[in-house]
Amino acid sequence: MEFKLFDLGLTDFQSAWDFQKNIFSQARQKEIICAFILCQHNPTITMGRQGHKENILVTKDDLARLNIGFYEIERGGDVTYHGPGQLCVYPIVNLAYFKKDINWFLRSLESLILETLSELGIKAETKPGSTGVWVGQEKIASIGIAIRGWITLHGMSLNVKSSDLANFSLIRPCGQDIIMTSLENVLGEEVEIERVKEILIRRWYETSNFARIRREY
Amino acid sequence: MKQVILPELGENIEGATITYWYFKEGDAVKEKQDLVELATDKATFNLPSPCSGMLTQILIKEGDTVKVGEVLATIEESPA
Repeated sequence: MEFKLFDLGLTDFQSAWDFQKNIFSQARQKEIICAFILCQHNPTITMGRQGHKENILVTKDDLARLNIGFYEIERGGDVTYHGPGQLCVYPIVNLAYFKKDINWFLRSLESLILETLSELGIKAETKPGSTGVWVGQEKIASIGIAIRGWITLHGMSLNVKSSDLANFSLIRPCGQDIIMTSLENVLGEEVEIERVKEILIRRWYETSNFARIRREY
Repeated sequence: MKQVILPELGENIEGATITYWYFKEGDAVKEKQDLVELATDKATFNLPSPCSGMLTQILIKEGDTVKVGEVLATIEESPA
């Protein structure tokens, strides 16, 4: 079973969304079984299907003035922010080849982030009933997905750099009063996004739940 | 009459919330066409129509929750 990796670098949200849909179509044609798309976005706010507009604390005009994009998308969850310095990971996975279990997929994404953070020296945790990854009471990674015909879209975002966290104050992340943190904030030192990518990709290939099932396949 | 039933979605998932019906009662639907979008926690997913025919009754409306194994809608199957 082949794993395919795409690294789009810094890209606007729409382009990455279109790219996801393209890979999704290939997955529907059974040309791809498990792909990971990595990217960073220009400043963007997205709202999932359970989103409430009141969780965006500024007006559309404010967003335009700040040059922040806004998209209503088909993933689950409420509102979140993406910006440079945050690693977005969009797994396009045909769960029919892995496990037809939404929770298995969400927990597998969380554990991939936990493993990656652990290798970087961060003890993070998950909270039952609160999907995502946390360091103490602060959230470091968010997850929101869509599944169509057991093929996944969208995914997770991991805050790496501390520089771009301020824009989270424009929203109530996930519709809650959450404080967001980043790898750099937790470690108190500069972290290169390339290093995080290298660990995450290796873990995905070698030790993740996805890799385990790939080996059995 | 075919029933549209919420299937097993995974361990510890007891149900989901209907977020969008792609059709209304009386509409013609085709087998495997997406009928309804649902959400559970941080995921959305679509349920396809089990057969071609007419969507006769929507039993659970948008915003309401449905349990695994429960009937969401009924479809009058059209002759093959």
